[in-house]
Amino acid sequence: MGPEALRMSRAVRFAPLLLLALIVAALVWRLARPVDSSVHSALEGKPVPMFALPPAVPGKATLSTSDLATGRPRIVNVFASWCVPCITEVKVLQQLKASGVTVDGIAVRDRPEDLAEFLATNGDPYERIGSDVQSKVQIALGSSGVPESFIVDGAGIIRYQHIGPIERGDVPLILARLEQAR
Amino acid sequence: MKRIVLLLALFAAQPAIADSNLPPAYWSDRQLPNPKQEAQAQALMDELRCLVCQGQSIADSDAELAGDMRDLVRRRIAAGEKPAAVRAWLVQRYGSWISYKPTTEAAAWPLWLAPLALLLVGVFLLRRRIVR
Repeated sequence: MGPEALRMSRAVRFAPLLLLALIVAALVWRLARPVDSSVHSALEGKPVPMFALPPAVPGKATLSTSDLATGRPRIVNVFASWCVPCITEVKVLQQLKASGVTVDGIAVRDRPEDLAEFLATNGDPYERIGSDVQSKVQIALGSSGVPESFIVDGAGIIRYQHIGPIERGDVPLILARLEQAR
Repeated sequence: MKRIVLLLALFAAQPAIADSNLPPAYWSDRQLPNPKQEAQAQALMDELRCLVCQGQSIADSDAELAGDMRDLVRRRIAAGEKPAAVRAWLVQRYGSWISYKPTTEAAAWPLWLAPLALLLVGVFLLRRRIVR
């Protein structure tokens, strides 16, 4: 074997190690920057689908599509009394309500008695709540879990979808999106 | 004794990601009486992706939302809707993400072209060997 061939075979010998290093680097990179696995609704920029929900708690106005095109933007919050992050979110929603934002609710797979208790314990920022027992409206909206929120403008067009709970740090973003939808 | 009770309590514990208190939707785990429609629904459910357990089909998933989607699929098929229409309705909401069936949109072209390209490479290699 000449010196040329020896150099070649050494390069070939190190190729698997190089490949391994590349794979490890790729894995470390993906671990450090995880893929956003949330499923976004394809209805952003489109009108809210037609729906009319039955009331969720006695004595509370229910929600249908016609209640949403009211000339000013509102938040439609998809939530449930059995959803743990919704407990902290509802307090932020109350803060938003205090600053003049209208919040409507879609209660997914909920019972009136559970919901009444949830609202009595954690507070009630909702102007209207519709009961979505079989997640039908949730699916129609392209929502994939609770909690999720949709900003609907005055003409009933979905302007923004927020996946996961609205936390205190999200309030400026939400207010900005509401302003954009005005 | 106390330790055993605590251990048993551990088994009775519910996961933190809670499910609702409502029973599953009527058609979520029930076959349609019309076998042809049930076969259509089943074929479609096998090709629809679960939103909760991403990577599973709604036919496989135990998630409540998957159950509600099976109910939705069966109800629509039973009402005479075509499977393609039900799929299109869901794609309108969730994008092509929701469907496992490969589409003809530009993002899927490599998927269709790859077998062709591999076949061409194979033919090329074989020809070289035969010619030699």
